[in-house]
Amino acid sequence: MKAVAEPPIATDFPPAVTTRLGVARHLRRHRSMVIGGAILVLIVAIAVLAPVLGTVNPAQIDPVARNRRPGAERTVRNADGTETIVKYRMGTDSLGRDVYSRVVYGARVSLIVGVTVALISAAAGLVIGILAGYLRWLDNVVMRVMDGLMSIPAILLAIGLVSLSRAGLRTVILAIVIPEVPRVVRLVRSVVLSIREEPYVEAAVALGARTPMLLVRHVLPNTVAPLIVQATFVCASAIIVEAILSFLGVGIPPETPTWGNIMAEGRALFRLFPHNILFPGIFLAATVLAVNMLGDGLRDMLDPRLAKGV
Amino acid sequence: MLGYIVRRFLATIPVMAVVAVVVFMLLRLTTGDPAAIIAGDNATSQDVAAIRTKLGLDRPIAQQFIIWIGNVLRGDFGESFFFKKQVADLIVERFEPTLALATCTLVLAVSTAVPLGVLAAWRRGTWIDRAVMGLSVLGFSVPVFVIGYVLIYLVAIQLGWLPVQGYQRLAEGFPGFIERLILPSVTLAIIYIALIARITRTSVLEVLNADHVRTARAKGLGEFPVLLRHVLRNAAVPIVTVIGLGIALLIGGVVVTESVYAIPGLGRLTVDAVLARDYPTVQAVILLFSAVYVLINLLVDLTYAFLDPRIRY
Repeated sequence: MKAVAEPPIATDFPPAVTTRLGVARHLRRHRSMVIGGAILVLIVAIAVLAPVLGTVNPAQIDPVARNRRPGAERTVRNADGTETIVKYRMGTDSLGRDVYSRVVYGARVSLIVGVTVALISAAAGLVIGILAGYLRWLDNVVMRVMDGLMSIPAILLAIGLVSLSRAGLRTVILAIVIPEVPRVVRLVRSVVLSIREEPYVEAAVALGARTPMLLVRHVLPNTVAPLIVQATFVCASAIIVEAILSFLGVGIPPETPTWGNIMAEGRALFRLFPHNILFPGIFLAATVLAVNMLGDGLRDMLDPRLAKGV
Repeated sequence: MLGYIVRRFLATIPVMAVVAVVVFMLLRLTTGDPAAIIAGDNATSQDVAAIRTKLGLDRPIAQQFIIWIGNVLRGDFGESFFFKKQVADLIVERFEPTLALATCTLVLAVSTAVPLGVLAAWRRGTWIDRAVMGLSVLGFSVPVFVIGYVLIYLVAIQLGWLPVQGYQRLAEGFPGFIERLILPSVTLAIIYIALIARITRTSVLEVLNADHVRTARAKGLGEFPVLLRHVLRNAAVPIVTVIGLGIALLIGGVVVTESVYAIPGLGRLTVDAVLARDYPTVQAVILLFSAVYVLINLLVDLTYAFLDPRIRY
C-alpha cells in the first residue's frame, strides 16, 4: 500500500505516453479501466441528457396504457383533433408509466447516490482514519467502535437506519454511508500506520515538524491512491444497496424513478411482464460492473506492486 | 491454545457491546416517543404507558440500556406489536428456512469457488483464468435480486424445471424441500463464489511458486496431489478468512433472496418488520444476525491453528 511513497529513480520512469504506440499499449494494459470508463461515460450521458432522450414525465400515470409490452404503440388523440403515435420502447408498468423514461431518469438517482456516498465515506473515513492512526489514545476507542459497526451486515444496518424516519434521498445516502465508513477508516489507518514508520517521516519528526504539518505533507498524500480505489468500490456497493433498499420498499419513495423502485413495482406481475424487472436490472448491472472495472483498473494502475500479484 | 481461545472470546465482548449500543440507539434516535412507536398506530394511551413503564423509559438513558440488555440476555426481545407475539418465538419460527438457505448456499459456494480459484491460478494467464476472473467481476456486479429474477424467468418459467417461488419445510418431505432451495441457493451463492474464487486464486498463486511445491513436483508427485496437499493446504488461511467475512454478504443476501423467492425466513421477517415499523423485531433480528456473524468469525480465527500448525498463540 505504500508503493507510491517511493520516488522512482530516474531510469525507472514509465515511458511517456506520447507516441501512438505508447497510447495503444497503455490502453491495452488498462483495458478493464477503459471499458469500465466508457460504459460509465455513457451512463452519465444518459443521466444528464435524460430530458432530451425522447422521454416523457417518468411519474406520469396513464390508466389507459397499463402493462404494455416493450415496443407497443398507441395512438393518442390530441385536443386539436390531430393524432400522435406514442411508442413504449420498454413497455409500461402497472400504473401505465413509461418504463423507458423511468429507467433513463433512474440513472440519475443511482449515480447521485453512488458518487455522494463515495465522497462522504471517503472524506469521513480519511479524517477518522488519520486521527486514529496517528493519535494512539484515540486509536483503541475508535477502532473498537468501527469493529462493532462492521459486525452489523451493511444491508441490515442500512435497513435499520432507513426504518428510523420516512426515507428520502438524504436518509438513504446517510444510511448507506454509515456502514461504509468503518471500511475506509480501516484502510486509511493501515496506510498511516505503515507510513509513520518510514525513515523520511522519522527524519521530518527529528527536524521538528509538528504533527498537523506531518499529517498534511507526508501522510495525507500517501492515502490518496488507495482511497481513490476504495472510493470506486464504495460507489459500486452504494449503487447496489440503494437499489436493494428501493426494491425491498424501504428506500426512496416509490414515485421517484429509481432502478430499484421500477423493479419493486414490477415484482407482482413479473411472470407476465418481465420487462419491468429486466430492463432496469440490465442498466443496474452494467453500471455497477463499469464502476467495478474502473476500480480494478485504477488499482492496477495506481498500485503496480499489487497488480503483479493479482 | 486455551489461553488464546479465552482471550479471543473475550475480545468479542466489546464488539458485541458496540453492536448492542448501536441497535439500542436505533430506536432512541427516532424523533418522537419510543413507547408510542413500539406500541404502534392503533395503541391506546394505556398501552403506551404500560410499555413506557416496562422499558423504563422514564429513567435515565444508561439505566434504560441496562434494562434492555438485561432482557435481551435473558432472551426477552419484547413483544412484536405487528405479529402480536413474543419476538423470540417469532425468530424461532422463522429460523429453519434461513438456516436451510444459508447452509445450502455455503456448501454450494465453497464447493464451486475453491476448485474454480485453484484452476484459475494453476492455469494462470490462460483463457480459463481470464474467464474465471471475468465471471468473478460480473458476479460482484449483478445485484442478487437481478440474478434471482433472471433465474426464475429462465429456469422456472421458461424451462419449467423448478418451482418458481415458495418454501417447503424439511419435515414435509425432502424432495420438495430441496427442489425449492436450489434456485435461491444458486442466486445467493453467486456473489459469494465470486468473492471466494478471487481470494483462492490470489492465495494459491502465492504458494504455487514456493520451493516446497517445486520439490513436491521434482520428486514426481502428480499435479493433483501437489495442488491438494501442498498448495491448497498452505493457501487455506486467507480462503477461510474470506469465507468468514463473506458471511456478512450472505446475511445481506438472505434478506433480499427471501423476498424474491417468498421464503418465510428471518430475512423476510426483517423486511416485513421494517415496513410495519415493528422496532422490537427489527432490533432483535439485527442483533441476532450480527451475533451470528461475530461468532462465525470467532470460529474462523480458531481454525487457523488447525489449518496451519505453525501458527502458535
